Amino acid sequence: MGQTYAQKILARAAGLTEVVPGQIVAVRPDHLLTHDNTAAIIGKIENDLEKYGVVRPDMPIIVLDHVAPAANEKTATGHQKVRAFVARHGLTNFYDVGVGVCHQVVVEKGHALPGNLLVGSDSHTCSYGAVNAFSTGIDRTEAAALLLTGETWLRVPPTIKITLQGELRSPVSAKDLILTVIGDISAGGATYQAVEFHGNVASLGIDDRFTIANMGIEMGAKIAVFPCDEVVESYLASLGVDRNAYQPTWADADANYVRELEYDMGALEPVVALPHKVDNVKPVGEVEGLAFNQGLLGTCTNGRASDLRAAAAILEGKNVDPSVRLLVLPASRSVFEEVLADGTLEKLVRAGSVVLPTGCGPCLGAHQGVLAPGEVCLSTANRNFKGRMGCKDAEIYLASPQTVAASALSGKVTDPRKVA
Amino acid sequence: MRVWKYGDDINTDMLFPGKYTYTCSTADEIKPHLLEDLDPEFAGGVAEGDIILGGKNFGCGSSREQPVLGLKAVGVAAVVAESFARIFYRAAINQGLVLIEAPEAVRAYEPGADVALDVEGGKISVGGDTFDFPPLPPEILAIRDAGGLLAYARQKLADGRR
Repeated sequence: MGQTYAQKILARAAGLTEVVPGQIVAVRPDHLLTHDNTAAIIGKIENDLEKYGVVRPDMPIIVLDHVAPAANEKTATGHQKVRAFVARHGLTNFYDVGVGVCHQVVVEKGHALPGNLLVGSDSHTCSYGAVNAFSTGIDRTEAAALLLTGETWLRVPPTIKITLQGELRSPVSAKDLILTVIGDISAGGATYQAVEFHGNVASLGIDDRFTIANMGIEMGAKIAVFPCDEVVESYLASLGVDRNAYQPTWADADANYVRELEYDMGALEPVVALPHKVDNVKPVGEVEGLAFNQGLLGTCTNGRASDLRAAAAILEGKNVDPSVRLLVLPASRSVFEEVLADGTLEKLVRAGSVVLPTGCGPCLGAHQGVLAPGEVCLSTANRNFKGRMGCKDAEIYLASPQTVAASALSGKVTDPRKVA
Repeated sequence: MRVWKYGDDINTDMLFPGKYTYTCSTADEIKPHLLEDLDPEFAGGVAEGDIILGGKNFGCGSSREQPVLGLKAVGVAAVVAESFARIFYRAAINQGLVLIEAPEAVRAYEPGADVALDVEGGKISVGGDTFDFPPLPPEILAIRDAGGLLAYARQKLADGRR
């Protein structure tokens, strides 16, 4: 019997010839990602760190992004503590405020490579499936233990195979694709399972794959992964990563799957996830005309250059409706520089957008665009949970950058096919 | 002993709002905000030995561990659900919070019914019916028996196993 991607990666990481779904294996991840929560993580093991140190100085990747720059004394003190920890232990992969959202930074800096195993104390760590890495979220205590021992356990997941046919028809985007998939599979439908994307993935760029893999957790998945093809190889080459530094890994043709789904990308339409669940997905037509107060364009889901360009193409030469605050949040400094250089940012600003520093911004409700009771936000982020953006009496609708931009022109939810 | 019953897809923002993630990390800071946006009665009413019943995909969403720390700190005896989201499940193992996947038991519950647990024996009684649930695998029991993941890691380090 052939092996799935997850079986191959976990067998290799555990030093075994073969593993089966349900088996628990001890593994030593290539990297551990932590962010602002590093302060709380190291707070659990201060004495242990003095005694044993960090297992490998190049193993942790630490990015300050969640409340960045700091919003108050408490978060500032947390950042200060993280910087001191990094210096004390000589950690080599530290990215301070302003470098970017952790998941974007991990990929951009070449830390996530095909065939690698990464874990992170953030649920959207599954994003690196975009570059054929096995990556998944863990909790803070587990991150603390990993800093000390370098080892953890993983259960080998069964796998869902999703085959993509055809091509997306602009302005339908990768966001519409993954929201449609989540609507079908449901928020818990892939819990503890791996999701592999097969078929015409060559038509999807790295940014598209990032958006899709990022939202794997929103159907409960442990990983959401793409093959390593020319798109991945040329992207990594553009970052300066040596081709011999990684080992592309993919499922055998006769691997065993728990479920197989097929999508015709050409038949998809723009969709929106309604409050308060990500799997509450409807065609944009069903909510067309709904007024909203804030638009959010960015985050680790849709804050890359191609996302901002798609939005700018719609907004160019026009104006955001005065009833709406359109917040723009580039996913990293590198993205920021790219959209600064090519004129994208100018178009967005001239149209009336509010540009925020790179980071997680208002996505988790801590600062920079928290909602008021009764307000509605149309967002490109990945979660619309009640209270997510800081107020339990606000509503969040999730959509693509194209839909958010098209809707910002009137302050009412709009099908981007009517504007683009 | 009180039973708190909730539905499907109870996410971590409902269990502990994200806006407090970077300002509350100790048990005392977490407790007043537990389930704040889901059930305002909970934080004030929960007592040691209470049981939470949930539907499918309990604990989905963010990797924040405050919900687990908080539920353990207030003395919740177990969370029994139809299924759990994986990061929440791991966090519970790592903290020693008892999670029981027993879909039939959850579906059998009617408000007011008695619920009794035998964690070691793998049995849960709801009203007049008893349901079995599978024991944890040995790798996981080793973590629980050590007193949680950090205690387990410290044992390893003290033995020179790194």
